[in-house]
Amino acid sequence: MDENLVFNYTISGDDFTRAGEASSDVKNKLKMMGLDNNIIRKVAIAMYEGEINMVIHANGGTITVEISADNIRMILADTGPGIADIDKAMEQGYSTAPEEVRALGFGAGMGLPNMKKYSDHMEIDSTVGIGTTVTMDIHI
Amino acid sequence: MNKFIHSVQLDESACIGCINCIKYCPTQAIRVHNGKAKITPQFCIDCGRCLRYCPHHAKTAVYDSVDEIQEFTYTVALPAPSLYTQFNNLNNIDIVLNALLLMGFDDVFEVSAAAELVSEASRTYIQEHEADAPFISTACPTIVRLIRVKFPTLIPRLLPLKPPVEVAAEIARKRAIEKTGLKSEDIGIFFISPCPSKVTYVKSPLGIEKSEIDKVLAIKEVYPILLKHMTHDESKLKPLSMSGRIGIGWSNAGGESAGLITDNYLACDGIMSALRVLSDLEDEKFHGLKFVELNACNGGCVGGPLTVENPYVATAKSKQLHRDLPVARTHSDDSDDYKDLDYQWSSYVEYEPVFRLGKSFRESFEMMGLIEELTEQLPGLDCGSCGAPTCRALAEDIIRGDATKNDCIYAFHEYINTLSKDIFFLTQSLQLSGNHSSESMDLLEDYIYKLTTELDKKER
Repeated sequence: MDENLVFNYTISGDDFTRAGEASSDVKNKLKMMGLDNNIIRKVAIAMYEGEINMVIHANGGTITVEISADNIRMILADTGPGIADIDKAMEQGYSTAPEEVRALGFGAGMGLPNMKKYSDHMEIDSTVGIGTTVTMDIHI
Repeated sequence: MNKFIHSVQLDESACIGCINCIKYCPTQAIRVHNGKAKITPQFCIDCGRCLRYCPHHAKTAVYDSVDEIQEFTYTVALPAPSLYTQFNNLNNIDIVLNALLLMGFDDVFEVSAAAELVSEASRTYIQEHEADAPFISTACPTIVRLIRVKFPTLIPRLLPLKPPVEVAAEIARKRAIEKTGLKSEDIGIFFISPCPSKVTYVKSPLGIEKSEIDKVLAIKEVYPILLKHMTHDESKLKPLSMSGRIGIGWSNAGGESAGLITDNYLACDGIMSALRVLSDLEDEKFHGLKFVELNACNGGCVGGPLTVENPYVATAKSKQLHRDLPVARTHSDDSDDYKDLDYQWSSYVEYEPVFRLGKSFRESFEMMGLIEELTEQLPGLDCGSCGAPTCRALAEDIIRGDATKNDCIYAFHEYINTLSKDIFFLTQSLQLSGNHSSESMDLLEDYIYKLTTELDKKER
């Protein structure tokens, strides 16, 4: 286990029918690797929320999942609009999702709070007009 | 007891080694090797999808024979409500129930009557355990088996109540013993089933230690016999049916949910749709649901592989049949026989991690890395010619030690191509240099040996 196991995904923007494919794929692979069910659950939920965020706000992006002996790191990078006020975005119920997205049942303002809740460590690096990179760690 | 016993089997003589079944299996449990399909028992959940899709009818379901009625002193038939939906112009369930007596059973007890009791018990259970909702229906054994191997975090959500057929069997046995004074082993309880999954359930039940059902007959076997005994002369019919709309409704997708009298439910039918719902449920994508009903077959039990009627026609017939019936006709306070019934499971379902790659996380981690690498090298066409449903499944098989890379027709082609080129260049250089040393001849022989043995393997 000297080298990390790396899975790369490209998330297409504005395609809700495909949202969740990447997190579902990771979930299945982790199950095959016999990880603790609770860890798998945390990874699946945190990554799904992140994936949906990229579809709603950022017109897609990339997700890199790095698995080592004691950690799962998810790096979600997009070149979307960026987050103007990260503290505000972390508040439960706060959302900048457009009306048509909310009509689909998304944009409840739980995305980032849930990602933080289900990961052991989360960092957001965002610049308005450039994009956002969210790094989440879940310890094994 | 064998945890992975199955009703769905392969009839090797009918199998021509095509790849239809491997493509349709929802758990990727089938491989074609050496020209024959092979079902991996740990992965199979008895959904019966391969039975429907095999164009050569090489997948069969094993169930009991009607002749086995003779093996018991006294027999009780437990007809599934889906049986009633198989007949044309049926307006009275008693016609079917009386025909069961005429074909040789001593008594009948309707699974749909027991279903009304289970609906009642489910309502109470869900109300008393509301904080743990949503509960997942456990009436379809294929769904329970699917969750057991694929969705460990959903096991605590399984509704821990016996399915209607089990409750029916308990009541039928008790009544038969009281009525006849016979020993339990002389009484035969026969379930008339729409699916092979229930055959498996009886042999190896989940949630209880042992089933009270003795034999399982297929609807498609009983159907032609019943036709001969069905009389529409109502004056000759004994009144037997005790089922209302709830009980009969259990045979259709959404029927079990309707019996719960709540709007906060999700009902889904078809094994592929069930897989998606379970995955979403695992990711907590639903909120506020009380109950999740999942049926492996399209249309619900009426779509079982052992039925004869088209499931959607059967659904339409069931609506006609119960149109004028009361909501329920069997209630827990109707009879003393129902009062002491224990609906709850006596044992819990345990996760069976059959898809796990290695024995430890470290081993699985290494294997997953190799699978990723190998998958990249395969063509990604998922053609199925290797006998595995997808290129990734072949990569998994290779790393598990169950296949080789040359099972892939494209990888094999490349291998042969490289070997042929090597032979060509070697012979050309031999000709030009005139060097016929034993070393070069050995090399040439080695190449030709590899070529012929690999080609020979494919031939077989």
